[in-house]
Amino acid sequence: MDATVEKPSTENKTWNGGNKPLNASYGKMMMWFFIVSDALTFSGFLAAYGFSRFKFIDSWPIADEVFTHIPFIHGNFPMYYVAFMTFILIFSSVTMVLAVDAGHHLKKNKVIIYLFLTIIGGLIFVGSQAWEWNTFIKGSYGAVETKGGKVLQFVKEDGKRVALGDFAVPIHTERTTQDSNEGIWFLSEKELPSVTLAEVTKGFLTDESLLIRTQYLDENGERIVLNRAESVAKLNNDGIGIVEGANLKHNEYGTPLFADFFFFITGFHGFHVFSGVIFNIIIFFNVVIGTYERRKNYEMVEKVGLYWHFVDLVWVFVFTVFYLV
Amino acid sequence: MAQDHNLAIFRGRLKFKSNQSKIWGVFTLLSIITIIEVALGIIKPEFLTTNKLFTLKYLNWIFLILTVVKAYYITWDFMHMRDEKMGLRRVVVWTAVFLIIYLVAILLIEGDYIFDVYKENYIKFNF
Repeated sequence: MDATVEKPSTENKTWNGGNKPLNASYGKMMMWFFIVSDALTFSGFLAAYGFSRFKFIDSWPIADEVFTHIPFIHGNFPMYYVAFMTFILIFSSVTMVLAVDAGHHLKKNKVIIYLFLTIIGGLIFVGSQAWEWNTFIKGSYGAVETKGGKVLQFVKEDGKRVALGDFAVPIHTERTTQDSNEGIWFLSEKELPSVTLAEVTKGFLTDESLLIRTQYLDENGERIVLNRAESVAKLNNDGIGIVEGANLKHNEYGTPLFADFFFFITGFHGFHVFSGVIFNIIIFFNVVIGTYERRKNYEMVEKVGLYWHFVDLVWVFVFTVFYLV
Repeated sequence: MAQDHNLAIFRGRLKFKSNQSKIWGVFTLLSIITIIEVALGIIKPEFLTTNKLFTLKYLNWIFLILTVVKAYYITWDFMHMRDEKMGLRRVVVWTAVFLIIYLVAILLIEGDYIFDVYKENYIKFNF
């Protein structure tokens, strides 16, 4: 090739591309450009989250109370599962960087093993993310929504949370979910909540030990619990409906904005992980059929590696901002 | 291929024999930091949550600083920033860090102001 193409000599020349101040290949350079711009996108989202949180700083949900579940085990385990997810992602980063290192030494089989482990790690992470979303959407205790769009949660006198279904007194009603195939054309509604506001109110009035916990935080960051008389008045005057779980408009844990940001930011990150897994799979098969072995150059592994580490880097920040701070 | 990895971390205080052992060393460090973060998040020591510096709890300062430390080691050792030229390092890091600090500072100050407006004035949120 070199013999047939006449290349202008760029040695020792300042102009005409002779000077390479960054000493990085085109592909790696472009990956860094992408990473910087994507980092700014993510920080835009996280900064917007911070903005909304500061706006409602006295009524923002406490993450420890929202994410308390582990698959297959019942009970209250704040943070453990997210910590597990963080480890999975960091570990898949380690296998990725080991794959890059094996690529430098042109050890094809090692690259295959490490890339495979990386893909598995990514899939476990995406699966955990899906499970976390599912738990969040389903909700755990349920709450009553007020006229002002805030939520009222229910606690025993010792401060332990009570689920709506545990104290609501069933009242027989004829109300059924309106489907679009019956009655009015195109008109349908969401699934009815498992209990009605009347049932919850009746149950609350029957059980004297129940109190209402508001969305607001006191100066120590604990939720404010109303006394019995205030609770009854609050429920009777302000309650307008039942919220179970979370969606984009209602959120049993508190401000709906919290759920919106949760879905958007972790969703966007999860999408990055998913595309990272796809890239890794493509590169994995290229390694297996020996493309880079023939090229004697595993730089492609390094480039997807950069992307994969960036996804890990973003998660470090999402983890802090959403679950810790 | 040329092996030109810089194998020292902690400003040269800890030197690894090979690139692989450096990777495992950094992984250990990141794991320890994560464990500390999670442990603090679960225990929430009293004096860290009640004392504040610049309206932010000590605990949150610790979380943010540890996060930046983690980000540093991921970028420097996993993304091989340590082995890149200083020009590339600065182009990437300074640009991002400057813009992010600027954006975050402005948005948080604005958010705090809006909170005060809601709290002190007769305006309630309606969304």
